[in-house]
Amino acid sequence: MLEHYLSLFIKAVFIENLALAFFLGMCTFLAVSKKVSTAIGLGIAVVVVQSITIPVNNLLYNYLLKENALTWAGIEGVDLSFLGLICYIGVIAAIVQILEMALDKYVPSLYNALGIFLPLITVNCAILGGSLFMVERDYTFTESVVFGLGSGFGWAIAIAALAGINEKLKYSDIPHGLRGLGITFMIVGLMSLGFLAFSGIQL
Amino acid sequence: MNMASVKKTLFDPLFNNNPIALQILGICSALAVTTKMDKALVMCVAVILVTGFSNFFVSLIRDYIPSSIRIIAQMTIIASLVILTDQILKAFVYDIAKEMAVFIGLIITNCIVMGRAEGFAMKNPPFISFLDGIGNGLGYSVILIFVAFFRELFGTGKVLGFTILKPISEGGWYQTNGMALLAPSAFFIIGLFIWALRMWKTDQIEA
Repeated sequence: MLEHYLSLFIKAVFIENLALAFFLGMCTFLAVSKKVSTAIGLGIAVVVVQSITIPVNNLLYNYLLKENALTWAGIEGVDLSFLGLICYIGVIAAIVQILEMALDKYVPSLYNALGIFLPLITVNCAILGGSLFMVERDYTFTESVVFGLGSGFGWAIAIAALAGINEKLKYSDIPHGLRGLGITFMIVGLMSLGFLAFSGIQL
Repeated sequence: MNMASVKKTLFDPLFNNNPIALQILGICSALAVTTKMDKALVMCVAVILVTGFSNFFVSLIRDYIPSSIRIIAQMTIIASLVILTDQILKAFVYDIAKEMAVFIGLIITNCIVMGRAEGFAMKNPPFISFLDGIGNGLGYSVILIFVAFFRELFGTGKVLGFTILKPISEGGWYQTNGMALLAPSAFFIIGLFIWALRMWKTDQIEA
């Protein structure tokens, strides 16, 4: 059983890396990848939000939205899954907001470090994408916790690595038109190529 | 409102102020659905409509939403539009919708939609906002179709299902390039596109 979860975790981190294999969270990925320290801050924020929202959305899906999910409340044959999108995004926005307030109150140092990134995360497609993948693949609650942790972690690794490469590139002589966004795309392409090497790994 | 400003709002985002190449918006979904032309086209239509109408509705109610809850109000409008799109696509082009799976839902978090609602529609009247949304949707589509064209052509030798370069497996001469269908090629093609665009319009540099 443990092996199954471990394999799911590795798969979410390396093989199905949200950023490099599914292109999720690209906007923030490219915009916040100039400095390693900020990239790591954002990475941590994503891991935290991801590992809370995916399980919560999992519960929401299984007990409210899925076909016949409302049986526990005595209502039969209702399928609310078309409301999924608006519910997930609502949950994500709410959790980000609550997290922001809680951190502000109890861990001000962390709040100051993550401060500007938290609101950004609401519109990070990696978060919503994670929830949608969870629904599509029909994960159980425990699986969704593992998947949330793993996918957030994979995204964090990718952005930290990209920021590291960008820092190194600061003084290199890049063709004029390619500077900035162009070269970043090339680097991400090469990184994605590197991560392809993980595909096919079976635990 | 004169024709010139209408034209500018509608066509500026195509090359002069492209949402993907210059504003760095909406890249996530741009890459994922570009393995085949038909998927890319469906995605383009969906994004153009959602961006246009979300801009329109956000602009309509822009004077009535308190600024502290504007994000969630915009989100609700966008999410409702995306749900509509999702249901319509499932009803009419089920196979393609099935293949695109989560990426239709991800239009919600497509930064183009949110970015234009926040950046343009909150400050401008409905009609011009609608055009701005359509224009940015078109700018997004240009890149999407460009990338999808090359990926499908090099990856399978076909465009929209019609054989252009006859692959060896069907008795032709073209050795299909499998990498074009994998994730890295999308990054390379967009990178090259941006390079070409910036050689042509040298004043473009993102903030």
